Amino acid sequence: MYWNLTHFEASFFFALFAAIVFGVVSRRTDRDRLYYGLYVFACFLVATFGLGWLMYFGHG
Amino acid sequence: MDQPKGRPALRAWAGPVALAWILPGGGHFYLKRWNRGGLLLFAVAGMFLFGLLMRGKLFEPVDGDTFTMLLNYGGYLFNLASGSPYFLTTWLGYNQPELPGAVHDYGTKFLVCAGLLNILSMVDAYEIAVGKKS
Repeated sequence: MYWNLTHFEASFFFALFAAIVFGVVSRRTDRDRLYYGLYVFACFLVATFGLGWLMYFGHG
Repeated sequence: MDQPKGRPALRAWAGPVALAWILPGGGHFYLKRWNRGGLLLFAVAGMFLFGLLMRGKLFEPVDGDTFTMLLNYGGYLFNLASGSPYFLTTWLGYNQPELPGAVHDYGTKFLVCAGLLNILSMVDAYEIAVGKKS
């Protein structure tokens, strides 16, 4: 079995798993953990799109 | 012998930290943080599983120049940090050579990062066990 994920799919799942762990270990209350996890997930996605566009324009 | 002031007793945290290494989230289960343990298990095992399905490479200790040693020993150490997913995978004979291609490379990174995330969960289990966190 082999999963041929696209760049976006791979970065999406990476962001999802990393954000869950960051959220769980980083804050003191469940509410803060949830918000921080969502924040980290959003940051990963923004960075993915931002770097994608940067490479697109940088490539010329 | 008295415990040095401010340093938590080994027996308070060694069990949960060892369990957190062996089974991702295991330290939290031991400390009865069921939901957080479940989320950690899902995230670390999921990251590892995705790495396997993308046919990532598991590192082995390789001697050579400094960069090669850093890369391979570091990768091996972080693969090892995943605990039971790593042991189970190697025991079942997974042996993927390094292949060209972005997806394989992502898989290798997923496998390494699963170990790094498990180290975070071990640190969290330690902090809960010694009472720094609830």
